[in-house]
Amino acid sequence: MKNTKARAVWQRFRRHRMAVVCLVILAALIALALLAPLIAPYSPTKPAGKFSQPPSAEHILGTDKIGRDMFSRILYAMRVSLLVGFLATVVSTAIGVVLGLVSGYFGGVADRLLMSFTDMVMSFPYILLVLVAAAIFQPGMWSIILILGFVDWPGVARLVRGNVLSLRETNFIKSDITAGMLRRYILFSEILPNTVAPVLVYATSVFALSILDEAALSFLGMGVQAPTPSLGNILNGAESLSVLTGKPWLWVPAGAVIILLVVCINFVGDALRDAFDPRNT
Amino acid sequence: MWKYILKKLLLAIPVLLGITVIDYAIMSLAGSPLDMLVGPRITEGAIAARAAKWGLNQPIWVQYWNWLVEVLHGNLGYSYKSYQPVAELIGSHVGPTLLLMGVSMALGLLIAVPAGIYSAVHRYQKRDYAVVSASFLFSSIPGFFLALLMIYLFTVVLGWLPSSGMITPGVGGGALDVARHLVMPALVLALGVAGGNIRYIRSSVLEILEMDYLRTATAKGLGRGLVIRRHAFRNALLPIVTVIGMQIPTLFGGAVIVEQLFSWPGLGLITMTAVTGRDYPVIMGVCLLSAVVVLASNLLTDILYALVDPTIKY
Repeated sequence: MKNTKARAVWQRFRRHRMAVVCLVILAALIALALLAPLIAPYSPTKPAGKFSQPPSAEHILGTDKIGRDMFSRILYAMRVSLLVGFLATVVSTAIGVVLGLVSGYFGGVADRLLMSFTDMVMSFPYILLVLVAAAIFQPGMWSIILILGFVDWPGVARLVRGNVLSLRETNFIKSDITAGMLRRYILFSEILPNTVAPVLVYATSVFALSILDEAALSFLGMGVQAPTPSLGNILNGAESLSVLTGKPWLWVPAGAVIILLVVCINFVGDALRDAFDPRNT
Repeated sequence: MWKYILKKLLLAIPVLLGITVIDYAIMSLAGSPLDMLVGPRITEGAIAARAAKWGLNQPIWVQYWNWLVEVLHGNLGYSYKSYQPVAELIGSHVGPTLLLMGVSMALGLLIAVPAGIYSAVHRYQKRDYAVVSASFLFSSIPGFFLALLMIYLFTVVLGWLPSSGMITPGVGGGALDVARHLVMPALVLALGVAGGNIRYIRSSVLEILEMDYLRTATAKGLGRGLVIRRHAFRNALLPIVTVIGMQIPTLFGGAVIVEQLFSWPGLGLITMTAVTGRDYPVIMGVCLLSAVVVLASNLLTDILYALVDPTIKY
């Protein structure tokens, strides 16, 4: 039963040719990032040649102002950016799912309190919250993960709550309640599996957003700190006019990688939405 | 109707208070402005005197309460850095930000609305895929990277547009000069707005196109253009109204980064300086202002919605 459903989803997904291409690119980029220590020709943090060299056979993306190999740096930066995006998504999705489940299932005072809290977080100018939060912790990779994770959950919470509210009216949940099943069982074994698909689709867009936010924060110098490379802090160098005008190899590739990652994640997410939602067939 | 508005207004007050409490808590956790003063040139006595003057020697909730009481008396406090009244500081920077946000929003919608409708009308054709792909691309480019590309192209290579500030010093002034400075930052924000909204408008128009009354309109022999213009577009306006409301917090956030990059003298710029300098009164002032704006736009959206859609009960 489960297998045939998965196959149907895959078949609908496959019809989006663009998304399949994106999935392949994404898989390739993730593989490159994971295998960075094996592929990268040089260390990402130690000088490996002359400084500020344009791309050559030895350094295919050139070297930066202290002689580090840019290709190696970008590989490692992808690793950091993907990790930040992924973990931030896991954190925010987990928070959102739990709050959404509680809010939707129990209703009443808990629901009202949780939802007005959600509204508060949502009506915050997002970047302001992130900036102020970034100032609290020592800036760095783990604080970025936590900050983005704690800021991104309201969307998921609302989505799950809405789903739970409509599931509660279905007959199979009503019969569970009548049969006196444990709340814990109903929540986690009956309701939760039925909200997985929309949450997964939503999570892809949070993943894309987190990668963009990490890049923006690191670009502003409040995210991942040098010497650890991230796609955002590599771009930071382009704020200097001589780099911007004279050394495009130092900033164009990192930006292109961000765009490629985010576009691909968005396309895959969009096709997943279609594939999971049988109404669209 | 008035009862509905009043109810919404009353509901917004605790939310607003909640936001300021969270703001104050986060801000205080971020570190005391007194830490910024510590150095070889300042004595402990001087720091203690400063703490007493700013009220920072009291517990956080007392500080918050004092701030709240002052705000209710219409006093937002004074900047720790420039000693200017916060209200004055915000007042002198709010104009450029409003100009930037307004132009970006208008430009973004001007791209998104026609593109979204076009895409929906030509559903599942090549043109539709092209528009949707473009919208994905727009929302996937980090604003700051787009800004860098634009500065590179329009300032460095072509030399057409200035890359920083709002007026050219010396020569400055004039609407044309401001407009030239506005082009790039507004375009960066507008493409972001358009990217997210094209798909939203497309799907809401699609939903409407499937309605029975549109089939009826087509069946009674109205031309395709007329059906879309007169029947579909009007009903599609409703979701567009919501989009505008949803866009404001995002736009403000984007403005912070864009203003930083283009040295646009707006609220974003003073916010960044205040955050890094732990200038409490300025941070709280900006947070309060943005929370009020966001809540007000939510409220306005709700009211517009209720006005436009007669099926909404209130």
